[in-house]
Amino acid sequence: MGAHAAHDHHDDHHDHKPTGITRWLYTTNHKDIGSMYLWFAFAMFLTGGFMALLIRAELFQPGLQFFEPSFFNQMTTVHGLVMVFGAVMPAFTGLANWMIPLMIGAPDMALPRMNNWSFWILPVAFLMLISSLFMSGGGPNFGWTFYAPLSTTYGPPSTDFFIFSVHIMGISSIMGAINVIVTVFNMRAPGMTLMRMPLFVWTWLITAFLLIMVMPVLAGAVTMMLTDRHFGTDFFNAAGGGDPVLFQHVFWFFGHPEVYIMILPSFGIASAIIPAFARKPLFGYASMVYATASIAFLSFVVWAHHMFTTGIPLGGELFFMYATMLIAVPTGVKIFNWVATMWKGSMTFEAPMLFAIAFVVLFTIGGFSGVMLAMAPVDFQYHDTYFVVAHFHYVLFPGAIFGTIAAVYYWLPKWTGHMYSEGLAKLHFWLSMIFVNLTFFPMHFSGLAGMPRRIPDYNVMFADFNMLSSIGAFGLGLTQLLFLWIIIKTIKGGPKAAAKPWDGAHGLEWTVPSPAPYHTFSTPPVITDENAHS
Amino acid sequence: MSFLSKLKAGLGLLALSSLTAVFANESKLNLREGVTEISREAYHLHNWVVIVMLVIAVVVFGAMAYSMWAHSKKNNPVPAKFSHSTALEILWTAIPFIILIVFAVPSTKLLMKQYDTAESDLTIVVKGYQWKWKYSYPDQELEYFSALATPRDTFVNSSELASTPIAAIGHVLAGGVVGAGDKPTEKSATYLLEVDHELVIPVGKKVRFLVTAEDVIHAFWVPDFGIKKDAIPGFINEIWARVEKPGIYRGQCAELCGKDHGFMPIVVRAVEPAEFDAWVAQKQEEKRIAAEDAAKAAASSFTMEQLMADGEKNYLARCAACHQPTGQGLPPTFPALAGSKIATGPVAGHLNIVINGKAGTAMQAFGAQLTDVEIASIITYERNAWGNNTGELVQPADVAAFKNGK
Repeated sequence: MGAHAAHDHHDDHHDHKPTGITRWLYTTNHKDIGSMYLWFAFAMFLTGGFMALLIRAELFQPGLQFFEPSFFNQMTTVHGLVMVFGAVMPAFTGLANWMIPLMIGAPDMALPRMNNWSFWILPVAFLMLISSLFMSGGGPNFGWTFYAPLSTTYGPPSTDFFIFSVHIMGISSIMGAINVIVTVFNMRAPGMTLMRMPLFVWTWLITAFLLIMVMPVLAGAVTMMLTDRHFGTDFFNAAGGGDPVLFQHVFWFFGHPEVYIMILPSFGIASAIIPAFARKPLFGYASMVYATASIAFLSFVVWAHHMFTTGIPLGGELFFMYATMLIAVPTGVKIFNWVATMWKGSMTFEAPMLFAIAFVVLFTIGGFSGVMLAMAPVDFQYHDTYFVVAHFHYVLFPGAIFGTIAAVYYWLPKWTGHMYSEGLAKLHFWLSMIFVNLTFFPMHFSGLAGMPRRIPDYNVMFADFNMLSSIGAFGLGLTQLLFLWIIIKTIKGGPKAAAKPWDGAHGLEWTVPSPAPYHTFSTPPVITDENAHS
Repeated sequence: MSFLSKLKAGLGLLALSSLTAVFANESKLNLREGVTEISREAYHLHNWVVIVMLVIAVVVFGAMAYSMWAHSKKNNPVPAKFSHSTALEILWTAIPFIILIVFAVPSTKLLMKQYDTAESDLTIVVKGYQWKWKYSYPDQELEYFSALATPRDTFVNSSELASTPIAAIGHVLAGGVVGAGDKPTEKSATYLLEVDHELVIPVGKKVRFLVTAEDVIHAFWVPDFGIKKDAIPGFINEIWARVEKPGIYRGQCAELCGKDHGFMPIVVRAVEPAEFDAWVAQKQEEKRIAAEDAAKAAASSFTMEQLMADGEKNYLARCAACHQPTGQGLPPTFPALAGSKIATGPVAGHLNIVINGKAGTAMQAFGAQLTDVEIASIITYERNAWGNNTGELVQPADVAAFKNGK
């Protein structure tokens, strides 16, 4: 199945492309679209990060210094939405666009026009979302989880713009996911069997399935919100016979797989980078694939662990507790496999490797707090406190974001044809590593001490930890400007990169020149066991 | 001692002391032990899991660190070639599984205990409102509201707070990014964790809380009791606590419930049963006297000065969180009262919205929350403050008449 060797592709293969803005508006080239996704994600990362810094400025010390609480709530909400839907997901889609065709020996994504469309509707969605902050009554202020009835009956007038933008983001994600699935199933080069695919392709394939299963559920949730707000339904309104808890069930049925959508591609990235810099094959390739699939499956049966305090019955509470704890098993397998890959390797520590190792360590810390949160009777003490904020930022920043940064350093030579400055990249790493921990580690303590999340002001007993977090956050935010500078510098010039700049790297992407030509694999390569994965 | 061993000893000491600090009681680095059987068991379970996690962390991160040193290109120029080991993979699937079962057993037991609300000695209904709590003792026929007692002046550190993005950025930049607001205030140890009327419960008794909400979802959380439950409109959730030690215990609303979510504390005063009985008797007496006073006051008429003075006080306590002390509100969610159609139009419309509220908004029905005298003073104040110079006086009798006429 899959590999269509004689894929009809006789249009010209020269590197000629339209110029100016129309090149980007009309492009169906996976590399162009991948780059646009990545730049868009970076812009959103800085936007969402800026909001985080406003939040941390307000929380620097007790008392209200700068904002009305209503504006503070808009910041926490839009920060979350922008980071989840604007930064992490588009960054992964950008990496998928760039790398999946190169990794499976395909000339492009299977559905290039849809690819163009799925990217270009994203900026529209986010312009609409961010513009709502300037509307009368302000932007969404009910948390990125937008629980009813706070977001329905009590939502600001701009909530409808929020709903529309979530619909567009969802459509974009679904189209991107369909494209990945169709590409992986139909466009693999001859001999690239499923179990020979690089793990990044595997993790993205599984992510794509999660996306097409849960994004429609999110669309359903916001549609029900819309009809509750304007068309007289009472899905989530207790006074009309509806059920506010139903909202949470629907939301988290989307939301829990969503958190794996934001981490599985990072697993794939670490599984490419660690073997490359350990100069040793990935340990337990098959168990990595099965573990990823198990995590994806389990992600559908654990959603109510976000709702332990809503009063679900004891039986339900126990089921969701056990199922959630079970996720630690396949996740543990992956971590042990990465350690075993490093074991007896011959390691060097260039920036991609540093970020990948930090990813493994810090993601594991997020996993530890995850197991703690899974234990319902103790979760009552952690739930909705800064302990949770610490937990999910440990899996998202050093998880999703460090994974993406590692990927960017790893493949930047392939994209630009230049080597980045290793010295600056190492500086970027160490500053990020210090500040990410300074920002998020103290949040464990403020949470355990009893500080609820999403509050603009707090008792003096939480002051020390908040000050540390705020200092860390400003350092972390400024450090990412260094990342921007490194990337621009690498695009503009730098030592010429070889086709395979990392001596331990494996995979088809390193068989094409650097920078990768506009069109690659017009003639599919043939994959044998020799040049298969890792 | 060589430098290296000194360093090791120092690091060891540091690790040990931070561990002790983490697990020391009363430390703000760890969960608190609390004052109920449930909170204590949750605390011990928590500590135990943290220790196991630390051990796993030492093993896994230790192996990684060792490998990074021993298997670097410098120290191990020729990499090994192995890529799997079925035995190892089975082992590290099985071991975590067993550890999890070891966690699951006590968790299940504790959870069952937490869910057992049977045979309680006292029932209290806890109802969340934007942004206060109502505590009802159905068997004692008592109920009252409990709201933040910290004055707004204490937590506003700035002469002007931003509510739009541009203003927000301006204020942060003007404040030196993380500098203080321009008028920092002294904050006490109970800052934001103090209320006007505490929830009072007897120690040693199994107190059952029925938790619900009026408007949006709130969450009732007292960390020292080890209980947290969402207060959901249309639902009644149950939790319980048997407090072992008299004292004042403070908590907060834990679910984002709108603008003043951060200003919705919970303060519980646990007292000896005899003292509790005395408190109930005293409260009932106060209730009786208040009813008499209200009846008397409702029958009497007040001067404009009296109503305006009382009205300002009551308005600031009850209304200013949304409509703002300036009467300008935070439109469109919280409308301005200065110059508003309702506050300057017919009195009946004004009475109606204050007494019956407005469904689907944060405007609650204050008819049952405030006395007729309080409502009269607030309405009079609103109709004459901030340039709303209607000159109209609303007497408690007008309020009573409106209520009865309905």
